[in-house]
Amino acid sequence: MKLIRLKAIALKEFLHIVRDPRSLALAVSIPMLLLLLFGFALTLDVDHIPTVIYDLDRSPQSRDLLDRFLSSRYFQLLDIAPNYAHLQKLLDSGQALMGLVIPSNFSRDLEANREATIQILMDGTDANTATIALGYASAITLLYSQDLLQHKMNRLGLGKISPPIEPRIRIWFNPDLESKNFIVPGLIAVIMAILAAILTSGTISREWEMGSMEQLISTPIRNAELILGKLIPYFFIGMIDLALSVAMGKLLFAVPLRGNGLLLFSLASLFLLGAICQGVVVSIITKNQLLSSQISIILSYLPTFILSGFIYPIANMPQVIQFITYVVPGRYFVAILKGIYSKGIGLEILWWEGLLLAVYAAAMTFWAHKKFQKRIA
Amino acid sequence: MLLRLKSMLIKEFIQALRNPRMRLVLFLPPLIQLIIFGYAANTDIRNISLAIYDLDNTPESREMIERFTSSGYFRIAHRAADAREIRRWIDEGKISAALQINDGFARETRQRQGTTIQIIVDGTDSNTASVVMTYAQRIVAEYSRQILVARIRTLPDIPPEMKRPFFTRGGIEIQSRAFFNPNLESRNFYVPGIMAFLIMLVTLILTCMSIVREREIGTMEQLIVSPIRPVELIMGKTIPFALIGYIDVLLVTLVGVFWFEVPIRGSIPLLLAATTIYLLSTLGIGLFISTISRTQQQAMMTMFFFFVPAILLSGFVFPIANMPQVVQYLSYADPLRYFLVIIRGIFLRGSGFDILWPQMLALAILGAAVFTFSSLRFRKRLE
Repeated sequence: MKLIRLKAIALKEFLHIVRDPRSLALAVSIPMLLLLLFGFALTLDVDHIPTVIYDLDRSPQSRDLLDRFLSSRYFQLLDIAPNYAHLQKLLDSGQALMGLVIPSNFSRDLEANREATIQILMDGTDANTATIALGYASAITLLYSQDLLQHKMNRLGLGKISPPIEPRIRIWFNPDLESKNFIVPGLIAVIMAILAAILTSGTISREWEMGSMEQLISTPIRNAELILGKLIPYFFIGMIDLALSVAMGKLLFAVPLRGNGLLLFSLASLFLLGAICQGVVVSIITKNQLLSSQISIILSYLPTFILSGFIYPIANMPQVIQFITYVVPGRYFVAILKGIYSKGIGLEILWWEGLLLAVYAAAMTFWAHKKFQKRIA
Repeated sequence: MLLRLKSMLIKEFIQALRNPRMRLVLFLPPLIQLIIFGYAANTDIRNISLAIYDLDNTPESREMIERFTSSGYFRIAHRAADAREIRRWIDEGKISAALQINDGFARETRQRQGTTIQIIVDGTDSNTASVVMTYAQRIVAEYSRQILVARIRTLPDIPPEMKRPFFTRGGIEIQSRAFFNPNLESRNFYVPGIMAFLIMLVTLILTCMSIVREREIGTMEQLIVSPIRPVELIMGKTIPFALIGYIDVLLVTLVGVFWFEVPIRGSIPLLLAATTIYLLSTLGIGLFISTISRTQQQAMMTMFFFFVPAILLSGFVFPIANMPQVVQYLSYADPLRYFLVIIRGIFLRGSGFDILWPQMLALAILGAAVFTFSSLRFRKRLE
């Protein structure tokens, strides 16, 4: 390997990038766009659920319960239905996500110390939101009936009896349960994977398509020099994007970085190297930009977005899919990012994930080198 | 006109399907994506791995633990011998919650001031953590209530009112019913969404890249000097990809309905009609990107720059209602937003044209505008 030839290729690839300012600008703005969207706009937190109320009882008790629902931040009054059909219509059209029906005998049952019933109708289309909303609703109802019980016992002169068991819940690492604190670290993995794929998928196939590969082949350049020379500029852009993402996470979203920043960067560079080489391999195999871009997107974004534990917990997946996730490098990178960011842990726990990323990077580099043949096929 | 269009279409089909890998890429990824999404994109939270640290070790404390496991949400992953182990397991990600029952738990439940139970939740994943929290609170409250009820019964001189069901059974019962998706399976929510997503991905990439490719390789000049008219060129560059889009819809519908058992309650002709309107905007956008890109690399990055926000702001995964107001307004410009409502309506709610017409109208206006604008721009670039 000659440094001068390596330099020449790196320079050529670098010029390709610089001469296309729009692609370069996009390479920097795609991560920013993703971070802005996820940081400001997108959340899985369920609150302000549009709720329609149908109160047949119209008693102080029913108003009290409804008040508790609507004063919580989880439910927001959309409309008060004058009849059942109206409530049904709002649910059907998708305007309301929840309907709360209080039957006419609600307060009478409570006064007579019978069991009372309320009815909750959910739009189950979005199962996640519906499940969480039901959880909130039952918690509010449970609390209300506990207070009522206390009140009634007071009236009967039994005095105050505290609930026998009180749960003391402590949330570690993210006490306010802010979703950005878990989205932003995981998002860095997705950004790295997508970027590596779209930057590199065309790099070799373009040369084939344009016919410039023949020219490269006729030069004295060696395989390793060509591959490495092509990697360097993209690796450089990837690292800039990483730095940008970490900086935005810290300055704009105030996501706490509890662990070692240096460790974060070094492990991220392993992932980046692997992802870039993976893109190069796809590009070598396909020799066609359209094809390689399609395959790269599928191979990079899909596993890193879905199978890495970024948003969807791996433990909930069926066993077979869980096994598949073991070969998704994004899985280890997401674990590392979340570990370093939220838990502040280091290599003493993350050594296994780090090792696997190193294996991934080495294997992909080796593969790219081996796959690339300097001859006209 | 028909003859020229026909030869153009044949050329495009040959180009798209000549490469065996390309044939595979057009139809295999939609299936892979469907299967991965169908199985893995699951926000139903079950099997939460729980560590137990029981210092009391009484029938009562074991009953408390039993209630966590029999709820179906929790599974005991470890039993801790001291508190430091919990910390380590959470750090290693082996457990996502821990239950600590202190010495004297059983005794204190029988006393007036009651007792406490410690629940530690890994907050790294805030969505899971908040669900875990609600489950745990409910299980504890339920058990606590039963102890209280049992205690009231044993009081020596209780007023007769206290024997009424409100005290002995439970206060207020919730009867809940989920419409459209009674078992609350998230798969039913995602599968129709994937269809919308795939159509956009496939048609967008194919249109913009195949046009830019002709320009990059230099074959566009050949097309221009041939007697083909611009309109025919545009049709030739969009119709084959629209057809591929339809085939993908069919494929995804079949697998979704027969493999994943997602219900399809509405009308299939309506679904196809809506798909057509939707294709108008995705093809239009693809055409537009092709007019502003010189190289395939540029086209791909520009496409991504459009595609990613379009997916994320559409309500595919993240509910639109939770977004800030400004971003919600922005999402009105997203064709995917309307199509998602339509497609989920047809699949899950069985909605018809009478309910979906505003969405279809909006989509049609958006599609017609985008397509006309892009075609005009495209023609201008040819001349």
